[in-house]
Amino acid sequence: MRTICLYFQIHQPFRLKRYRFFDIGKDHFYYDDFLNKSILRKVAEKCYLPANQLMLDLITTYGKQFKIAYSLSGTVIEQMEQYAPEVIESFKKLAKTGCVEFLGETYSHSLASLQNSNEFEEQVKLQTSFIRKHFGQNPTVFRNTELIYSDNIGKRVADMGFKAMLTEGAKHILGWRSPNFLYTNAIEPRLKILLKNFRMSDDIAFRFSDRNWDGFPLTAEKYVKWLNDIDEKDEIVNLFMDYETFGEHQNKETGIFEFLRELPNRIFADSNFEFKTPSEAAEKHQPVSPMHVQHPISWADEERDLSAWLGNEMQDEAYSKIYKTGEKVLKTKDENLIKTWRSLQTSDHFYYMCTKWFSDGDVHIYFNPYDTPYEAFINYMNVVSDFEILVDITAESPKTVKKTAVKATAKKAEPKTEKTATKKKTVKTTAPKTKKTVKKATATKKK
Amino acid sequence: MKILMFGWEFPPHISGGLGTACYGLTKGLVKTDTEILFVVPKAYGDEDTSAARFVNASDVETVGTKIELEKLWGNISFIQIDSNLVPYVDEKEFNLCASIERIEKHEEIFRHKYDFTGKYGANLMEEVARYALVAATIAKNNAFDVIHAHDWLTYAAGIMAKRVSNKPLVIHVHATEFDRTGENVNPNVFNIEKQGMEQADKVITVSNLTRNIVINKYGIDPKKVETVHNAVDFQGREEIEIKRNVNDKIITFLGRITYQKGPEYFIEAACKVLERCKNVRFVMAGSGDMMKKMLRRVAKLGMGTRFHFTGFLKGDEVQQMFALSDVYVMPSVSEPFGISPLEAMRSNIPVIISKQSGVSEVLKYAIKVDFWDVDAMADLMYGLVTYPSLSKFFVRNGQAEVNSLKWENAATKIRKIYDHVVNI
Repeated sequence: MRTICLYFQIHQPFRLKRYRFFDIGKDHFYYDDFLNKSILRKVAEKCYLPANQLMLDLITTYGKQFKIAYSLSGTVIEQMEQYAPEVIESFKKLAKTGCVEFLGETYSHSLASLQNSNEFEEQVKLQTSFIRKHFGQNPTVFRNTELIYSDNIGKRVADMGFKAMLTEGAKHILGWRSPNFLYTNAIEPRLKILLKNFRMSDDIAFRFSDRNWDGFPLTAEKYVKWLNDIDEKDEIVNLFMDYETFGEHQNKETGIFEFLRELPNRIFADSNFEFKTPSEAAEKHQPVSPMHVQHPISWADEERDLSAWLGNEMQDEAYSKIYKTGEKVLKTKDENLIKTWRSLQTSDHFYYMCTKWFSDGDVHIYFNPYDTPYEAFINYMNVVSDFEILVDITAESPKTVKKTAVKATAKKAEPKTEKTATKKKTVKTTAPKTKKTVKKATATKKK
Repeated sequence: MKILMFGWEFPPHISGGLGTACYGLTKGLVKTDTEILFVVPKAYGDEDTSAARFVNASDVETVGTKIELEKLWGNISFIQIDSNLVPYVDEKEFNLCASIERIEKHEEIFRHKYDFTGKYGANLMEEVARYALVAATIAKNNAFDVIHAHDWLTYAAGIMAKRVSNKPLVIHVHATEFDRTGENVNPNVFNIEKQGMEQADKVITVSNLTRNIVINKYGIDPKKVETVHNAVDFQGREEIEIKRNVNDKIITFLGRITYQKGPEYFIEAACKVLERCKNVRFVMAGSGDMMKKMLRRVAKLGMGTRFHFTGFLKGDEVQQMFALSDVYVMPSVSEPFGISPLEAMRSNIPVIISKQSGVSEVLKYAIKVDFWDVDAMADLMYGLVTYPSLSKFFVRNGQAEVNSLKWENAATKIRKIYDHVVNI
């Protein structure tokens, strides 16, 4: 039997509120709670909840035959806890079926794997324990942020004890080879590599509702025919995509849910494919060869490289600035500061600063709170500037921090800046103040 | 093809962007095999303008461009309208004047000398009317295929020439009364503009922003209105290196200090920036009817030591100012096009421009902001002087972008319009 491996990515960043330079040193709360909440609620209603229900139905219908994998970033789980706990519950239900595998990643969906520090390992550990806490699983397969991968990153992942890792079946690294086999890391052969079949994945994720596409309309029948058309020696088809494909990128009127509901049925009836989770797939198949990837690849854009997050002057400055503060931040041992620091590492912040599509918006406007890359940059840098001040004060004397922080915000509100309190608490207490700013911000945006 | 073109000024005697635009445009048009008869009123301002002076303009050009310039002059003849004396005419009398006999009768009077103020003032209307009368004579005595009139000052001239010659009229809107005054339009000017647009066979606007005004406020048929974006010509420009006396970052406003240019928004934003950072200075270069008010406002905000007024800058001084600046801001309330951000970009300065400007339609590597959004403007200023990569990004890409805006492209579009109106 050949294998189909379905994996869905679920991630939402903590988007920053409009943070002007004159807020620096005065306002230490950075997030756009209103926006984050409304986006999460919207996606939960349109995608997470109905899609989870559908997956559960499919698992109930086909028993142990239907299998899938998820990776949920720490930041999205946190937001679900705050704004949509029922989504977490539905994922827990899925976890209990035994047909769903949860993968490891970096807690804050960051680019830490490109850094030489221990931060990458720290975030992976954090995420692992978070997944264990919520879904009772110990991830053994790793997917890095945006499927970023290189030989060295693979080696580090293997050293952390992961058995397999997912990445993009990028043409420029595959050459004549097919993504439809199991490969291994070039340095550490114990680490298996699963490559995304981007053509078959994107047929669903990007092209499903494209009327100009010659494959339109895509039916389960047609799709299974394409699966059968794949060279019969090929062993495994990895379909990796954003979970938001279902109901959000492709809204339900396109018939995406019906397609998904019908797909397993067709596969069981008309093909010699079976569903496996990534770890099962890595067990089942024999790797055919090592895969050499010297420079990092990713699943983004035509280039399949890092240019969506790094490369222009602004991205590079922002990126180096946030990691430069790292040592100081960690030294403070202040839980909240470290948490904020990590949330500022989320790759989306750098993604918004990308100028590759300066003129033609494209997919990348999706959930992007900024009109232009430079607004994203200025906003981010303003926040980081304030964050640095906060870190400096804390570093000088940890005890006076609380006092200063409180003092700074005291004019505006109650003594809420108990910086050591849990994240949840901070958010709650600052909520009334933020809402006001948020409303203003959204009002401007509407225009 | 021969074009009878009416302008109000021509380099080097310019008071605004119109002359520069006409210059670039005619240079571009000459390359499309178009002959231009360019009419300018004599004596704009206090200079002793004569045909010789125009030729002198070539002295400004560098050696390399001289031949081309001569070729250009070869194809463009200048007609000086001598003298300025004409009795005030209102709309009715004006129409009466339309008969050629009448004009010829007046020719004698035209030879008289007139003490010309050279400023936009009460006499302007007289000048406009006089210009129109002479236009008719010129139209009668010259052969051409299309009439092209730049801005409202010459619309009347265009209309007269059209009546006399029956040739198609193209009017070119570089600005409207709404841009200059907001909603307090001068009804006389408005009427002249509206009439010009109505009588024209084609209306060219310098931006879509202006095109919308022409369609919505003047009620002109959208099919008749076409946008041809301005360009910029840096030929003969020498790069200036200037040593700075201060280490502070300098943020500059350069333009007329009038309602249209939004100087007060610049001041309010400056105040916000200064509250936070001390290593920044602001410069407001130019003059205008709001200057005193702006001076008072700056004083009231207590920014006097950090906010400088230069008065009107001429020639090289403009470039020197750019060379000293770190950020250029054009917060115009309504800017039909706006050429100075292009000059700033060429001088390797990042620019912040208002979304309410025509030039924002053609620029990708300029930071755009609503003129009224003082917070955003302040934030952008701060960002540009504080985070070096932002400035670098815009300087690098801006230079290339601005060099790609060529008058030739605009001229090609206009040539097509000529071909079109001739065949209507």
